[in-house]
Amino acid sequence: MQNGVNSAAMEWRDTGILLSVKRHGETSAILDVFTKDHGRHAGVLRGASSRKIAAALQPGSDLDVSWRARLEDHIGSYTIEPVKTRAGMAMANRLTLAGLNSVMAILAFALPERESQLRLYNDTVLLLDLLDHADVWPLAYLKWELALLEELGFGLDLSECAATGRNDELIYVSPKSGRAVSRHGAGEWADRMLPLPPVLAGKGHAPDDEILLALKTTGHFLENKLAPALGSKPLPSARAAFIDRYHRHCGTLPQSDAKPE
Amino acid sequence: MSGRNDIDALIDLMARLPGLGPRSARRAVLHLIRKRALLLTPLSDLMQTVAATARECLNCGNVGTGDICEICSNDARANGLLCVVEDVADLWAMERSGTFKGRYHVLGGTLSALDSIGPDELRIPKLIDRVTSEEITEVILALNATVDGQTTAHYIADQLEGRVALSSLAQGVPIGGELDYLDDGTISAALTARKRL
Repeated sequence: MQNGVNSAAMEWRDTGILLSVKRHGETSAILDVFTKDHGRHAGVLRGASSRKIAAALQPGSDLDVSWRARLEDHIGSYTIEPVKTRAGMAMANRLTLAGLNSVMAILAFALPERESQLRLYNDTVLLLDLLDHADVWPLAYLKWELALLEELGFGLDLSECAATGRNDELIYVSPKSGRAVSRHGAGEWADRMLPLPPVLAGKGHAPDDEILLALKTTGHFLENKLAPALGSKPLPSARAAFIDRYHRHCGTLPQSDAKPE
Repeated sequence: MSGRNDIDALIDLMARLPGLGPRSARRAVLHLIRKRALLLTPLSDLMQTVAATARECLNCGNVGTGDICEICSNDARANGLLCVVEDVADLWAMERSGTFKGRYHVLGGTLSALDSIGPDELRIPKLIDRVTSEEITEVILALNATVDGQTTAHYIADQLEGRVALSSLAQGVPIGGELDYLDDGTISAALTARKRL
């Protein structure tokens, strides 16, 4: 017995965040759960159409899950115990609802199956617990995207200028290396650089326009580094829908007419 | 022997219906055969008729036997209210309540990031056309209290904001519901939407 795993019977118990539910037959569903110790893991839940657990089967819910299968590579079956529902919190606000959709879609898109991502799991729980604080949520979301990039091997290094080694006037991020670049270091390449607003480096009081700029930078690495590494799948449109919603929230013009999917 | 095969085929088809499995399908087919004149023949005739005539209403997406459904062709229901639902089953549920006297619009699903269902896969453009062409004064978004349902409601609200009054169904304690058995999200929504007595 290690990490709650009973190897002989292929059985373990864990806690996790529900990412998605796909109907399977009349009363069952396939749950995609981001578990604490077992990473993103799917399993069949029987009786998923029951109204008693309908609220718990919304994306973002915390579940206590027990997984069991005859062989390790089988999809296996889940039994669940609801721990905390969050959909109600998110649904009260358009911005956080769009944010929840983005988080769930990006996790389902980016996480490998059955690989523990403990740090990212903890960061995601912290983010989701802030769903009823719409005022701080965009900043928390930005920090979460940075953590996601870091955890998946595309972290940004914003400590010093990639060109000069200095750490003053760092106002750009190199779109290729993900390293900070100073005003002086950028030189004639400045128009090709991505913005590095203070909020991205964890400085300042994080106004909305800075967070939007910072999300443009993280979005570049999600789209041009992470997505190609996953087989050139397009980044989920839920992220663009969240950015669009955030622009509307701030009263600024979105850069594209993003339609949610 | 071929007769037995037809019956087996009928059982197989019946077993695909919602709520039925192979055993219950066998019982249903046996019952139909025993009540041939009373049930089987009229059922068979009606199924042929419905198969030939059933179609989606071109206006609202409801299922009827004509191009325009009974609700859309009833002038008494053109009272300026338009209730937007996800599915025909939801429309029928609203009709069962007998409370709503306006017209409906069936979206045919909800937006879903994970299933790649966007606005163009639903009947949202048609909804926007109807709001103008039918002189709608209020759109009631009667979508499910799920993440996808509410995401869809917010998207439609964005498209129609400023053009028509918008409302949504209340969320909270169901009739017969006990607080102890409700999830925290429902209790929170009910508390936020509390009303003065």
